Amino acid sequence: MAEQHGSAANEMAVDKHEDHPGTAVVVADAIENPGFPPPHQRVADLDPSREVTIERGISALFWLSIIGSVFAIAAYFIWPIEPGDMTSVRMNNMMLGVGITLGLLGIGFGAVHWAKALMHGHDLVEARHQTRGKETTRARAVEIFQEANEESGFGRRALLRNSLIGALVVSPLAGIVVFRDLAPAAEPHDLLRHTLWAKDTRLALDPTGTPIKASDVTLGSVFHVIPDGLMDLPHDGGLLEEKAKAAVLLMRLKPEDLTEAPARKDWSYDGIVAYSKICTHVGCPVALYEQQTHHLLCPCHQSEFDVADGAKVIFGPAARPLPQLPITVDSEGYLVARSDFTEPVGPSFWERER
Amino acid sequence: MAKKSHKQRTAGRRSPLATVALLAVGLLTTGGAYALFTTSATAETTAASQQQIDEGEKLFAANCATCHGMNLEGSDEGPSLVGVGALAVDFQVGTGRMPMAMQGPQAQVKPGQFTQEQIDAMAAYVAASGPGPVVPDERYLTPDGDASNGAELFRINCAMCHNVAGAGGALTEGKYAPALGGVEPRYIYAAMVTGPQNMPVFNDLNISPEEKQDIITYLAYLDENPSVGGFDLGNLGPVSEGLFIWIFGLGGIVGITVWLAARSN
Repeated sequence: MAEQHGSAANEMAVDKHEDHPGTAVVVADAIENPGFPPPHQRVADLDPSREVTIERGISALFWLSIIGSVFAIAAYFIWPIEPGDMTSVRMNNMMLGVGITLGLLGIGFGAVHWAKALMHGHDLVEARHQTRGKETTRARAVEIFQEANEESGFGRRALLRNSLIGALVVSPLAGIVVFRDLAPAAEPHDLLRHTLWAKDTRLALDPTGTPIKASDVTLGSVFHVIPDGLMDLPHDGGLLEEKAKAAVLLMRLKPEDLTEAPARKDWSYDGIVAYSKICTHVGCPVALYEQQTHHLLCPCHQSEFDVADGAKVIFGPAARPLPQLPITVDSEGYLVARSDFTEPVGPSFWERER
Repeated sequence: MAKKSHKQRTAGRRSPLATVALLAVGLLTTGGAYALFTTSATAETTAASQQQIDEGEKLFAANCATCHGMNLEGSDEGPSLVGVGALAVDFQVGTGRMPMAMQGPQAQVKPGQFTQEQIDAMAAYVAASGPGPVVPDERYLTPDGDASNGAELFRINCAMCHNVAGAGGALTEGKYAPALGGVEPRYIYAAMVTGPQNMPVFNDLNISPEEKQDIITYLAYLDENPSVGGFDLGNLGPVSEGLFIWIFGLGGIVGITVWLAARSN
């Protein structure tokens, strides 16, 4: 039966290139089943006196396991964890690990070695059981369905059946409505469009929050900047979220080195420029600033930005220049933002214009 | 003591106390003379400032002027040194970065070629050209500041290039941020103030001298405390750790699998 089926499939594969799931393609020039290799003789088969040696070896592995487990228990007390001392944690973990490793590996290696070297070693074939049920079983299954249908009247009582189907269809709707509300109430991408920066927000030092004067920023300097007032936010009330968007890198170049777009002429102050620290690729903090080449390098995927030329991308996977923060100075000489960023900072999202 | 010895002389010059008195007088004389000598020596150093500058000019002309110009004006090969300050010279020459062995992406650390005296002379010469950062007060160089504050500042300002464990890292086109393990505090301080090569400047208004001391303290803490995770594999992060586990971890698993499936002999 199987032979017949196989050859039929073979013909079909040749003629129509049609495959049926579960049917094997029998090739005409198939290699013959070579059968079992000649019986393999192991050390213990050839020389039964060696069996004792192997047995001792396996037993030694199990004993090693016992020693390891006992050592792990002892190590827990010999190298305790002292509060505040990280070195003690290291010793404790390492010694525990060594003990438990020996304990488990000893059992494992011993058992495998036992099976390989001593247990019965001849080859055998274990046939798979029939997947298809017996005809009588199959017939009985159909019978059960029919009996159930008759007893419940599922096919007959259309009113009951249809209202049950209706109830089943409607019941998940409550869940869908409830889970739908897990989504943010407002469009989340609006959060990405605004940062804490606003007109006249002072530029402050990260992490102290000290406002920065333009005269503080000497040539070749780089300042890691946060908006003034950021640190007043509670830690669990948006501090980290706001910092992640508002982090800015402030650099001073020679004004003649800067190439500025006409529309952005007044976005820098005396060679001081401020750019978002969040990479436009996937949002890593771009802060590897080379003061001689004026290049900013992102440590994650090596995107390179030219600070002297509008932070345009000169290498790497980033698609857009870093957003520039327009800055100026206030009457007291402190650096302030002219406005928020004029485009969303960080990586792209679906709703972004470009 | 002197009064005592006077009394003793009248009582008897051979008294054993006379020896003590003589010793005291001798010690006082030599000590006083030494004190006088050292004061005059200090005075000499200050007075010799011009001489030091002249000495520095000679050394500069012989070792640095090829690239930096006879009058510190710089050339295509090296930047102008007007106003870089004594501290920049102390850092660059003291760590052996200057004079460079050859032009390259970045000056590399090598054994210093000059004595501290010669370095000071060159520093004095360069500092005479214009005001610049000076060698910092010793009290900011001792690693007894606030290590945890230093760690926070290090993470914000330094770790992106130098690695959070100070192991250094790659920059663009062959440039790199060097590892900071075992670097003398004065050179760490100098690097922050002067911004050598492509490192940005961190002036005292950005990171105050006390905060610089905190950073030095943090780096000293890293030097003294080995990695608590065991082998640090250079602290280079996922690259070295990944390589290790791919080769040795997976290698071990493959080895065990082969052993499991092989026939016993």
